[in-house]
Amino acid sequence: MEKANAILVEVFSHYHGRREELIPVLQETQDVFGYLPEEAMRSISRFMRMPESQVYGVATFYSQFYFARRGKHKVKVCYGTACHVAGATRVLETFERELGIACGCTSEDYEYSLERVACVGSCALAPVVVVDEEVFGQVDPSKVVEIVRK
Amino acid sequence: MIQIDSPAKIAEIRENCQQAYARQKTRFLVCAGTGCVAGGALAVYGELKRLISEKGISTDVELLFEGRESEAGVDVSGCHGFCQMGPLVRFEPKGIFYTKVKAGDVPEIVEASLEKDTVVERLLYENPDGSRCPTEHEVPFYNRQKRVVLSKCGIISPEDIREYFAVDGYQALAQVLQSYTPEQVIGVVAESGLRGRGGAGFPVGKKWLSCLKAPGTPKYVVCNGDEGDPGAFMDRSVLEGNPHAVIEGMIISAFAIGASYGYIYVRAEYPLAVTRLQKAIEQARQRRILGDNIMGTGFSFDLEVFQGAGAFVCGESTALVHSIEGYRGMPKPLPRARTTEEGLWGKPTLLNNVKTFAFIPDIIRNGAAWFTATGTKNSPGTAVFALTGKIRNSGLIEVPMGIKLREIIYDIGGGVPNGKEFKAVQTGGPSGGCLPANRLDLEVDFDSLVKAGSMMGSGGMVVMDETSCMVDIARYFVEFTVDESCGQCAPCRDGMYQMLKVLKDITTGRGKAEDLVWLEEAGQAIIRGSICGLGQSAPNPVLSTLNYFRHEYNAHIHEQACPALQCKELIAYWIDSEKCVACGLCLKACPVEAITGEKKVPHVIDQAKCTKCGICLEKCPKKVSAVSKLTGQQRISILEGV
Repeated sequence: MEKANAILVEVFSHYHGRREELIPVLQETQDVFGYLPEEAMRSISRFMRMPESQVYGVATFYSQFYFARRGKHKVKVCYGTACHVAGATRVLETFERELGIACGCTSEDYEYSLERVACVGSCALAPVVVVDEEVFGQVDPSKVVEIVRK
Repeated sequence: MIQIDSPAKIAEIRENCQQAYARQKTRFLVCAGTGCVAGGALAVYGELKRLISEKGISTDVELLFEGRESEAGVDVSGCHGFCQMGPLVRFEPKGIFYTKVKAGDVPEIVEASLEKDTVVERLLYENPDGSRCPTEHEVPFYNRQKRVVLSKCGIISPEDIREYFAVDGYQALAQVLQSYTPEQVIGVVAESGLRGRGGAGFPVGKKWLSCLKAPGTPKYVVCNGDEGDPGAFMDRSVLEGNPHAVIEGMIISAFAIGASYGYIYVRAEYPLAVTRLQKAIEQARQRRILGDNIMGTGFSFDLEVFQGAGAFVCGESTALVHSIEGYRGMPKPLPRARTTEEGLWGKPTLLNNVKTFAFIPDIIRNGAAWFTATGTKNSPGTAVFALTGKIRNSGLIEVPMGIKLREIIYDIGGGVPNGKEFKAVQTGGPSGGCLPANRLDLEVDFDSLVKAGSMMGSGGMVVMDETSCMVDIARYFVEFTVDESCGQCAPCRDGMYQMLKVLKDITTGRGKAEDLVWLEEAGQAIIRGSICGLGQSAPNPVLSTLNYFRHEYNAHIHEQACPALQCKELIAYWIDSEKCVACGLCLKACPVEAITGEKKVPHVIDQAKCTKCGICLEKCPKKVSAVSKLTGQQRISILEGV
């Protein structure tokens, strides 16, 4: 708790608390914690002098913000047009099977999170999967198994 | 470090940088765009550096500015746009173009290019007839393009402003600051006929003029880098490959309208673009190109990067403005003032797309007539498309407006691979429509695409063959817009949701004839009633597929069939017992153990367990081909056990 507060104080020191800083503040907070914990949201609302409901209102609008702890490894299956046409659905289903979790969920041991994401912008390599920061192109069900093994 | 403390200094620094280039006898440029990095480009780069220095060849990672020559340079470049052929390596000055390079290929490349002055044949691009293309110019994918905005991508390192100087970078800005008035700048842009490349195609000169005239200070310039259309990545490529062109365009526009601050809104999914931009901005500041007293002329302007947080609707200008202000990205309801009059914090704001800004320096340097010499009367210049999907050569292409669709698909794209037939091309992303084969002679520009029931949009072009179900494609786009709708207005929020339900019913075999009539009526209503561009164009994919591919919708509804054999609820995988040789390959591979059989006993798929993953079809040896997909009456017969 103390540590979390110290971290937040550090984050807030980069800002003035102006309305237009809300999204960058949320982004930096999430960078530090991996998601937006309840206590952090409360602190942000105090720092920004905004009702908590408004902070949530903005944060929940954007798909990049998470409100629950996620897995150590984040598996994102691209769902852009080119990837869809190239078979992204099958890739996603194979991941669901191999990792044992449904899309949008995190494994019980917090090792993996699986989700569908909007176009990553590497369409010529469809279907694309991003694991943590690494981009994998031309993924098919057998490549999924390889990726999971790694 | 040479500072540009007067516009005249630009010529001097260009000289210096060009000389530095000349001192480097040869250079390897490793593409480090997102696509090539995914393929292992950074390992190739590291290996090249290591091997060259190990061999004792004097090498420099950066251009040198004084004294000694260097034998070979190794550098990173931005995205060439041909990502499926990556990692790409260019060898200058010959311009040798290596494709699909792995770190293990490096010794061979170094030996060939640096020591033996030859090429490594097997890494060159191969034409369908087997011949090889040593340079980029010879590759059909490239030589039919006219690269303007993309011209420097892949040729220079985006991480060093000096490379941009060497290719006439910031000349246009110096020219403008030294000899033009704001009205004159706007005049050139208006004369060029440049239309916004974000998708709507609004005349850029007109927009700038209205912003100049709008009362209020401070004024802002915003670059829309929220390239959210699935299937579009040209803005990413420009931001990663030549960020300075965008910055230069923005500074020129700021001078023209009297703005003092700017934002580049980049979507969260493009972290590399964000880093490159921040680096470029920092380097520009160091040289007096951004900040106070730019080039010593008294004009001040600065920029920052704003990272999106994941919302397609933020590509809409008023939503983008709200997002920067720290609010939910909701478009402004009507009636509303234009952003050029009331944008950020109610002040006049000029908002243009990444590519639009990237065109500006060239238009200023070469003149309006240079720009209108290409393209069509109402859509001058070039357009950048992201050609993807079922196409042999997929990637980014820049072509003159007015080029025939057929030329794009077949001559540049190399046609549809794997012996399949062209079925349709989707243009404009979720706001656009599909064009079938009988439209291949269309001359592509803003207006012709609209007339054909689609639109240019951001420039995404997804090619489909007979294995793509058009109803499923419509459902896919509607699902996307439903997800991304901000929810403010009923036509979009509720109307698109209902459209999705109906489309899902159709793709799962529960559609009714009346559904098609309803879809068309609802589509028109949603277009008329929505507040913003997202809702106003969301029904397009449905309406255009209904227009050109109604027979597919009918097959789903009346025959319980999916002609493209895609919709899961309407297909069944089946093993022909007369062909099956009982090899057991499919049985072993089936992830849900739905196949039963033994040696010499034809295998059978349990339809109740089958998840339609298709692995059995892949595993069955081509000579045997016992597995097939059935739909319609054939499928129903199998299910009924006939």
